[in-house]
Amino acid sequence: MPSEDRDRDWQLGQVHRKVDAMERMRGVTRYTDDLKLPGMLHAKILRSPHAHARIKSIDLAPALAIPGVFAAVTGQDFKIPYGIIPWTQDENALAVDKVCHVGDGVVAVAAIDEDTANAACKAIRVEYEVLRAFFDPEEALAVRDRENTINPYSRKGNLSKHVDLEFGEVDKELAAAELVVEGEYFFEGTTHAAIEPHCALAHVETNGILTVWSATQVSHYLHRELAKVLEIPPHRIRVIQPPLGGAFGGKSEPFDLEFCVAKLAIKTGRPVKLLYTREEVFYAHRGRHPMKMKYRTGFDADGKIKAVDAKTIIDGGAYSSFGLVTTYYSGQLLCAPYNFGSYRFDSTRAYTNKPACGPKRGHGSVQPRFAMEIQLDKAAVLLGIDPIELRRRNDIGADTRTVNEFKVGSNGFRECLEKVETASGWKQRRPTLPYGRGLGVAGSTYISGTNYPIYPNDMPQAGVQICLDRSGRARVFSGANDIGQGSNTMLAVIVSEELGLPLDDIRVLSADTDLCPVDLGAYSSRITLMVGNACLAAAQKLRSRVCESVAKRWQVPKNRVVLAGRMAIDREDPERHVDSAQAFQWAEADHGLLGEVGSYNTPKDRHGDYRGGTIGASPAYSFTAHLAEVEVDPETGIVDVKTIWVAHDCGKALSRRIVEGQIEGSTYMGFGEALMEEHKVDVGHRGAHAGPSLLDYRIPTFLDTPEIAAMIVEAPDANGPYGAKEAGEGPLHSSIPAIANAIYDAVGIRLDRLPFTPQRVLAAIRERARREAAGELPPHKSSSIASEADARKIA
Amino acid sequence: MTVNGESVQVAAPAHHTLLEVLRYKLDLIGTKQGCDKGDCGACTVQIDGVPQLACLTLAVHAQDRAVTTVEGLGQQAGGCHPLQDAFDRWNAAQCGFCTPGILMSAEALLRKNRGQTLTRAQVCEALAGNLCRCTGYTKIIDAVLDAAAGFEAMKVEEARHAE
Repeated sequence: MPSEDRDRDWQLGQVHRKVDAMERMRGVTRYTDDLKLPGMLHAKILRSPHAHARIKSIDLAPALAIPGVFAAVTGQDFKIPYGIIPWTQDENALAVDKVCHVGDGVVAVAAIDEDTANAACKAIRVEYEVLRAFFDPEEALAVRDRENTINPYSRKGNLSKHVDLEFGEVDKELAAAELVVEGEYFFEGTTHAAIEPHCALAHVETNGILTVWSATQVSHYLHRELAKVLEIPPHRIRVIQPPLGGAFGGKSEPFDLEFCVAKLAIKTGRPVKLLYTREEVFYAHRGRHPMKMKYRTGFDADGKIKAVDAKTIIDGGAYSSFGLVTTYYSGQLLCAPYNFGSYRFDSTRAYTNKPACGPKRGHGSVQPRFAMEIQLDKAAVLLGIDPIELRRRNDIGADTRTVNEFKVGSNGFRECLEKVETASGWKQRRPTLPYGRGLGVAGSTYISGTNYPIYPNDMPQAGVQICLDRSGRARVFSGANDIGQGSNTMLAVIVSEELGLPLDDIRVLSADTDLCPVDLGAYSSRITLMVGNACLAAAQKLRSRVCESVAKRWQVPKNRVVLAGRMAIDREDPERHVDSAQAFQWAEADHGLLGEVGSYNTPKDRHGDYRGGTIGASPAYSFTAHLAEVEVDPETGIVDVKTIWVAHDCGKALSRRIVEGQIEGSTYMGFGEALMEEHKVDVGHRGAHAGPSLLDYRIPTFLDTPEIAAMIVEAPDANGPYGAKEAGEGPLHSSIPAIANAIYDAVGIRLDRLPFTPQRVLAAIRERARREAAGELPPHKSSSIASEADARKIA
Repeated sequence: MTVNGESVQVAAPAHHTLLEVLRYKLDLIGTKQGCDKGDCGACTVQIDGVPQLACLTLAVHAQDRAVTTVEGLGQQAGGCHPLQDAFDRWNAAQCGFCTPGILMSAEALLRKNRGQTLTRAQVCEALAGNLCRCTGYTKIIDAVLDAAAGFEAMKVEEARHAE
């Protein structure tokens, strides 16, 4: 895509002020809950106290009798099911006949204020018949009768999805392997915990158009599902995503509140707003699936991976959400950055009576990455190979295909490894660190968007429209959801680069279904690559027109005109220039109104031809290496992560500091999952959430978070705009196993279960001490890596 | 009470918090509700110059006191506060939802330590009650340390103005 006709990079890779940050810092940005309309009502949802129960009756009368209560809706108002994946539409906006987890919505009430809405919820009488609840996925899978089937739409008992794929001859390779490492791992569920709770506001305009403002990261899919459930044609609905306060995958499908406010606004003729409490956010969840993983990995004597055999049980919660995709991702996304000789995975997702799991940053692939990278570390110790060297030997490289037939383009993994190796002083420091202190490494890969949209269609995955005006400004219309990751700024940077305008002169209007071309949303790290490409296509067409008109007036060849610094400049005679406004006016005079559209669709040669082969295929893959330094206190079991070095190959950093911020934020989020986060229900309390608050569900504070040294690696990809790939999700994955491997280096214990709480660390240290005393293991760090490997082989 | 330097009179039910009064009655929406139970720090404002959680403060508690919200921060500096400028340059706000609260905590830190060199550890200590889920905190710490210099300059200007 680079063109030779002008000087490059007057904006690319620089540090930018984000186009919409200052207003957020002044406190004037209106997030969804900051919107207020005349006559607006407030809604609340009455939720189930039972994990599994049939609704026998609902008495709304006492609530409706309260002054200030305007309307109530129940599952009977929302009989049409929905779901983000077209093949698994298995939930209703409110429970129709039964509730499937504590916190399932039963009734929504609109009232004059929140206090009155809460009082109304209290007054409603619901009679339940409690059913047997299942909290363990394997127990849930064991029953197949209708009575014990959790999800009302399931036709296969509590089996949500099963995928079994094999590439190459795994059993044969395992039998022939020099070393087979076996391990069992458990990844605890975790949640997004964006600081802004979900919020939605609906209003029926005087022209009959239903407008829904929502803190969503998928306005297009929300638009579609609202139309379906409410039986209103899409052109009569407008969805607007106001500025958003964080999402991380937690707002990437429709939620009950959006349907409820819409229906209540229709019923009452007034605007209706609903803001989740923090507790409701925890119950809405859709976070990382708990996964129980069994891995067997075969290596040859040089440490090359000959076979990977994975069996995974996935705890899905009560609804499918993205679960069909999660089940595929749990296997499909593991096949880089290492070359596998052969591969088999068998993943099963079960329904349980818990809040539904879904996509959290690094959807479906963070859990298997945890298992895989510890497997590699175990192999490195047993084979006496340096863990970084072992990873280098297995590097899949660029322009190649994975064992499951995904086409990989650019690959900067080797450079990522080198960067963290050098920055951490791995070679010199690792052999000298005392007992209690350790370094650990891990690597990973992630997609830059999915090759196919969620609902099958041949239309572009992304579209952008740009208009230039006579005052020298550009307006960019994009359906993409800026969720804080900076996608509006990314678009402005591309337009700025192409049209020579400063960011201040570019207005980005995004995520309004009435004004913007369709974009599929902020998920699967698709925006920079896909929307960026669409934007680049539109901007290049406009640049060509502007340059042509300027060249005509200067009577020079078109390629002598450069657009930069709010000017059109003659490359060979820089004294000759006009400002952008003049250049645009010349172009408008020549061509008429200056507006262009650009769209992007994926190349279709990225995957193999087998069932499920398209799921996990991406136009480009990012690569990451993490290296963690930890101090483990053997007295208390407390793990203190000192520093995490992280190098991430994003293809090309369009805005340097924003990319660093994505790498740092991802690494931090992984760190939290490694040491403290647990999203689980309390079986002893009927399946209520174990701690639905930001005090009980601990996320890292300023004091907890280690120093994070983020390094950018650029291996430009032919499919990315200027070579750019994703940076928002990949750099989470290997953060977690790098910490696990560092703990092993520090004190010689393997932590195969997350999170690494002091109790678990201490128990593992004591177990190791017992085995050392029994002569089963040599003292940790008292001998060289090689001799320990020998000792283990003998043992 | 005084809000951002202006005297205001508000009638509110006894059980309403300062957060509800600021957001619903005064339309000062810069102060955010993240958890409504004192866990996240997004609602941090200053009462008589001290950072406080507006969601845990009953509105009546602020009677006759001086409340400063994020909207008052730039006002104080005659436009853009050095902290806001530094946060902008460092991309220290991603979604920006926690940012107002963090700015209010950070301003108190800078004011308390005027004339002294701040360390990263001091910044972490002072901001430990404010959760951010986007940034990993790194860029926020960079921005606060960077802003300290601008903050000094601002105070000098203010002093001259007073003369």
